Amino acid sequence: MSNPNTPAAAFGSRFGIGSRELERALGSALEGPIDYADLFFEASTQDSVSLEDGIVKSGDRHLIQGIGVRAVSGEKQGYAHADDITIEALQVAAGTARAIASGSPRGGSVAVRGAGVPTQNLYPVALAPTEVPVATKVALLDAIDRYARAKDPRIVQVMASVICQHRNLMIAASDGAWVADVQPLVRLNVQVIAQGAEGRREIGYQGAGGRRELGEYLQPAAWQPLVDEAVRLALVNLDARPCPAGTFDVVLGPGWPGVLLHEAVGHGLEGDFNRKGVSAFSGKLGQRVAAPGVTVVDDGTLPGRRGSLNVDDEGTPTARTVLIQDGILVGYLQDRLNARLMGQQPTGNGRRQSYAHLPMPRMTNTFMLAGSDDPGDIVRSVKNGLYAKTFGGGQVDITSGKFVFSASEAYRIVDGQIAEPLRGASLIGNGPDVLTRVSRIGNDLALDLGVGTCGKDGQSVPVGVGLPTIRVDGLTVGGTERA
Amino acid sequence: MSAAAERLSGLDAVQFALDRARAAGAHSADAVLAESDSLEVRVRGKEVDTVAQSRERTLGIRVFAEGPGGLRSAVTSSSDLSRDAMARLAQDTVALARETAPDPTAGLPEGGFARELPDLALFDPADRALTTADWIALAQRAEDAARATDPRITNSEGASASTSLSAICYGSSAGFAGAYPSASHSLSAQPVAAQDGAMQTSWWACASRTVAGLETPEHVGRTAALRTVAQLGATRAPTCDAPVIFDASAARDLLGNLIGCLSGYSVYRGSSFLRDKTGEPIANERVTITDDGRKRGALGSKPFDGEGQPTRRNVLVERGVLRSWLLDSYAARKLGLATTGNAARHAGGAPSASPTNLWIEPGAGDLESLVRGLDRGLLVTGMFGQGFNPVTGDFSRGAHGFWIERGERVRPVQEITIAGNLGAMLASIEAVGADLHFLGSLGAPSLRVARMTIAGA
Repeated sequence: MSNPNTPAAAFGSRFGIGSRELERALGSALEGPIDYADLFFEASTQDSVSLEDGIVKSGDRHLIQGIGVRAVSGEKQGYAHADDITIEALQVAAGTARAIASGSPRGGSVAVRGAGVPTQNLYPVALAPTEVPVATKVALLDAIDRYARAKDPRIVQVMASVICQHRNLMIAASDGAWVADVQPLVRLNVQVIAQGAEGRREIGYQGAGGRRELGEYLQPAAWQPLVDEAVRLALVNLDARPCPAGTFDVVLGPGWPGVLLHEAVGHGLEGDFNRKGVSAFSGKLGQRVAAPGVTVVDDGTLPGRRGSLNVDDEGTPTARTVLIQDGILVGYLQDRLNARLMGQQPTGNGRRQSYAHLPMPRMTNTFMLAGSDDPGDIVRSVKNGLYAKTFGGGQVDITSGKFVFSASEAYRIVDGQIAEPLRGASLIGNGPDVLTRVSRIGNDLALDLGVGTCGKDGQSVPVGVGLPTIRVDGLTVGGTERA
Repeated sequence: MSAAAERLSGLDAVQFALDRARAAGAHSADAVLAESDSLEVRVRGKEVDTVAQSRERTLGIRVFAEGPGGLRSAVTSSSDLSRDAMARLAQDTVALARETAPDPTAGLPEGGFARELPDLALFDPADRALTTADWIALAQRAEDAARATDPRITNSEGASASTSLSAICYGSSAGFAGAYPSASHSLSAQPVAAQDGAMQTSWWACASRTVAGLETPEHVGRTAALRTVAQLGATRAPTCDAPVIFDASAARDLLGNLIGCLSGYSVYRGSSFLRDKTGEPIANERVTITDDGRKRGALGSKPFDGEGQPTRRNVLVERGVLRSWLLDSYAARKLGLATTGNAARHAGGAPSASPTNLWIEPGAGDLESLVRGLDRGLLVTGMFGQGFNPVTGDFSRGAHGFWIERGERVRPVQEITIAGNLGAMLASIEAVGADLHFLGSLGAPSLRVARMTIAGA
């Protein structure tokens, strides 16, 4: 019997789904050649309030609820989902998932253990962010708008939004596992447009968030620095010059530039690509893929972070997984299916966007551990290069290993000194090669402020990245000027 | 089943939601019910990898509430279509709207609704006869064709087939109710080739409203395989300024960067580099860009848009001159213009201005004639990354393709970037091919841009 205060009990009382119903559905999903079956229940609320042109346009609230049933046979997965949480829908989906995975019309039998509470509680919140009154969010956005416009007369547009999510989920599996979790998520976005000489315009963005209470972001001391940064970035870029094209030594700043790791390395180390042998990192376990001193981890257990989870979307507790240890590839990110097929352990990286999606190996918070170099010394060590401080997005071709990402704030480095700002800079390289070019690692590891969203196979999940200041020798920089 | 728990469907559900919103005190409201049944299968090698089946119904309600300073609006959605849940949702939406701030521009379109709903051939009832096994067989044929094309195809991410049947029901308290069914089917393949320890992958896909309109699985698999093996042995191009040819699929990707800059929302926000260019040349006179929501059988077609307005054919760029934006009623009011019937509406969100079927009109000659006409430069067959700034038009994205010398592909290239400003690129398009190709609702022919900066070796 489950504790009446657990998230699992909430599903029981709200939808009438308890151990008996779970056992019946899992039994229906499991038969003969089926190795494994699981049930995923989701009842989420997502709301957003946004402002532009000085006007709060609309309040949005979306209720997302449904069930997904998966039956796995060897490498084959049958999946059925429905958007109502009822015993009837559950039985139908379970029968469908089994039939498509095995072709067999009959079910087996399963006993679930008592409903579990995750062994870690990384994001306790007293007040769910979706419960904060809309009027409070409207007032915050209005304050941001006034503050940004007052900061500099060149700010001609302010766009800001508060996005809150409250995700209730429950997972029951044919091996008896049964766990439920409640996952809050908040995100505050500030984007400004500055207009300079001759009508030239530039954009600046800053955001922050995490699995926290919204109250933390309502204080001016919390949101004003975000606006300050967005405004600063837009104004810096008004003066930016076209970026040169060519090969340069590049210094990456701390924090969000960790998106380099996410694109260049992280995706290529996801278990599905390696099980299939289609990653540029396939078969490289135990080999050198980075310079000595480079250690990269994926850690889903950091309290309150955007990429953190008590349990992944298959019910596995998240963990700290070392991917690269002192330059040597030592681990992959695994969900249950790929771990089983590769003879490895799940690492708590089985994630899905919603009940309507199959889980797959995904990153949580991915970062490089700090080294011992002084960040200022790292910049001074570069004779002719680039300092990339902030990035937009990036993308990788897992198979060829080629990645690209775009800098939203970058400077030329001349004789060890940071010189003029550059615009339109992109960096391109090869995943298995780029970290072998890391020649300096700073002592200033920082994680991003909580704005990352990762897309894979049409599914988006929140993630975090982090990096100390590093120097990478000989990266290809794309720009419009001939060096 | 009690009356309160009874589930409503179709326009009955939409009308019920509107009635409940009015009863809860809404000034006006509209609602959309999106229903879909879909199946997606993936085959890899000789094995079925995934079969996923889904049935979804989502109701979205938008209400406007009166208050000092203008209407206030809220948008909500839920998949719970029981009467009592819908009544609660309608009530909550009105309460939410009252909590937000007034927007003097907010409101429903008051008139101009679609009067007749033409049959746009958006589905073929015969396609319902296909079973899961039939879709698996189609994907298997694509996978087999890809693997059989070349011995260097050694692996794959698999081949997929998907099918979905949808219905959209929309109603507005300003006096419109309409519904239409549609279908969408697709086939894709993504083989992996290996040579000298290096791997390459590429893909090919097609999509159609009817199964008969799909390319054959053999063509999909073989095209994906040929594009993949062609990249084997790729090296970097030299860092230089050179003319760049975009094949039709890369040109379509480039067009995707431009679309956001043609949306009325980015224009009134001032976040489009084209914001003050109406009536001015923004591209070479060879370039005409059309949006047409009533193209028969096309994937972006629909009889009415997300606000009940009739879809239509709009010329956005006419021989290089910017003529129109993509507008819904909100963006139109902001700009003092009339809607262009481009309101896109998902059940889970407010309308936005989006293209229906949008393409660059074809010119003359095929890709090969463009290549033959190039003395030295780059042919781009794929791009990646997000290096485009819509506010300035600055463009710098990752690319792969072929290096061209004296009209011939001399070698494949990868790990390079191509950079320029989209405005300058459009102005310097010096050739437009006749090989217009659509994937989904976007289409482009191959193009040649006079000069871009390539960063590579």
